[in-house]
Amino acid sequence: MATIDIKNLKKVYPGAEDATIKQASLEIEDKEFIVLVGPSGCGKSTLLRMIAGLEDITDGELLIDGNLMNELSPKDRDIAMVFQNYALYPHMTVFENMAFGLKLRKVPKQEIKEKVENAADILGITHLLDRRPKDMSGGQRQRVAIGRSIVRQPKVFLFDEPLSNLDAALRVQMRAEIKKLHRDLNATIVYVTHDQIEAMTMGDRIVVLKDGNVMQFDTPMNLFNNPANKFVAGFIGSPSMNFIEGEIIMESFTTFKSQDLKFSAPPDLRPCLKPYIGRRVIFGFRPEYIYDKAVEKTKRLSESMEIEVQALEPIGSETFVYFHFTGNPNHQFCFRSDSGFAYNIGDKITIGVDIQRLRFFEADTEQRIM
Amino acid sequence: MKALRLQKILFLAVLGVMTLIYIGPFLFSLSISFNADKNVFDWPIKLLPENFTLDNYKNVWKDLPFGKWLFNSVLVTTIQTFSNVFFSALAGFTFARLEFPGRKIIFTLLLSSLMIPGIILLVPKFIVLNELSMINSYGGLILPGLVGVTNIFLMKQFFETIPKDLEQAALIDGCSYFRLFWQIFLPISKPALAAVAIYTFQGAWNEFLWPVIVSYTEDMYTLPLGMASLRHELLTDWPLLMAGTILISLPTLAIFIIFQRYFVQGVASSGLKG
Repeated sequence: MATIDIKNLKKVYPGAEDATIKQASLEIEDKEFIVLVGPSGCGKSTLLRMIAGLEDITDGELLIDGNLMNELSPKDRDIAMVFQNYALYPHMTVFENMAFGLKLRKVPKQEIKEKVENAADILGITHLLDRRPKDMSGGQRQRVAIGRSIVRQPKVFLFDEPLSNLDAALRVQMRAEIKKLHRDLNATIVYVTHDQIEAMTMGDRIVVLKDGNVMQFDTPMNLFNNPANKFVAGFIGSPSMNFIEGEIIMESFTTFKSQDLKFSAPPDLRPCLKPYIGRRVIFGFRPEYIYDKAVEKTKRLSESMEIEVQALEPIGSETFVYFHFTGNPNHQFCFRSDSGFAYNIGDKITIGVDIQRLRFFEADTEQRIM
Repeated sequence: MKALRLQKILFLAVLGVMTLIYIGPFLFSLSISFNADKNVFDWPIKLLPENFTLDNYKNVWKDLPFGKWLFNSVLVTTIQTFSNVFFSALAGFTFARLEFPGRKIIFTLLLSSLMIPGIILLVPKFIVLNELSMINSYGGLILPGLVGVTNIFLMKQFFETIPKDLEQAALIDGCSYFRLFWQIFLPISKPALAAVAIYTFQGAWNEFLWPVIVSYTEDMYTLPLGMASLRHELLTDWPLLMAGTILISLPTLAIFIIFQRYFVQGVASSGLKG
């Protein structure tokens, strides 16, 4: 399998004013499962297509296994790609679809047959080999598309939002199957999705993109716990992180003050917040780490904050509680509570945030203060 | 309910009248072709001939060089149909799928040539072919109709509806652009190709004006021209003429009936969405 080195990659479409990929540098290791994630228009598919050779590289270098790929056509890069809408050849049977790439590479017939049957066996589509794409369901088609990519045993697999057209249940099932396939094939995979849950559950490491820039390239847990900036903090996690813009002031201790609330920073954070006294910062706290002080006694929580419940969204195991701080009813936040606590709209609660989980960002650059 | 039923009847009546208007002359021609009587224009029109005969059909083959004209027509039509299907698909693919400088300008120029009435081009075409010594030859009959802008346009529109991912999947699989055209795009474009084939066949088979201009000896006539040559100022053998006309319209009719499904699909796919 293969490493992928992306060095200062840039993409400007002809006639466009702004670059679609401004500057991307990534070092992808052998056998890694990398997920490119970001909102629509962030350039994730463009980056994938540049790796595939379907888009020209405006500037920078792309190396697969140490070899420069910039000028090579897609067929010479030893890659395979699975597309969102499957892109199966409608006039060919499943067998012919899977065998097509091998035929073009003049692989002997017997070998093609063995490889296709082997891939079909792995994916459980042996009984479909004589069918045409139009006679199959979405999930079956996607399996065939994956089968088509694995028969060639390429160095790198590229997936462009392969599960977006499937229903929710099938998506979860295919997610697990692709992960298993990754383990079985020992392959380097680059996978594009806009679904952050898909990214978190599948990727060894995740690239978060925004407006053609790499915002952070890290493991899923690091993205969640130690986001490099406000964008990543807000993008990863569902419901997303709560943010309050305010100011660091000096009272008895270093203190955060906003229209919503005021609290003194825990001792661990005081040294890094000190340079920001008198400056605007953004306080971020995840819905997962907010606790009802009347219930939670074991955790080290921040100073008490008074809130009022505005809306409730029970999802079964837990309830999303939407609230505002007593000082500012116009600004809504969220926390996840055990569904066993029967809150009602209008309830006034005292909460605290796990002090290990308080995050601060510079207001102007939105970079995390550490 | 009653009003709706009335509307339905009204629509059917209008449809019936329209059908009669279109099919009437054809039925009349059919009737004349079976008429033994040479004087066919008696009023009121008799749709069923009093003296029924098949002689007119026999005489078409016996008295006229019908076989030769048929050969000419089949030759011209076959070559033009195959050539149009191939070249318009190739050009359509190029305009729809390949990026090259001047693509839009060339296509606009090509399309704008449709605005020039065909009749204006007759003289230049004749002069060019005359210089090439192709007047009254198969080359002269066939060459100007080898490819048509409308067909290119139709194929381009169709190819644009094929998802880009399919093309990219094929490129990654190892296709060259020609293989992509030949092995992926052509096989999935049967409706559009059939439409082009039918349009071209129909146009070439019924073409009258160009053969009139480019051929002047009877052995180079195509069927429509041959039939028209039977009309004389004083004496026209109408039953013979109609028998010939019915015969030459049979292939178009047969092809339309066989490929009607493709024809309708092809027309639909020439629209924006396909």
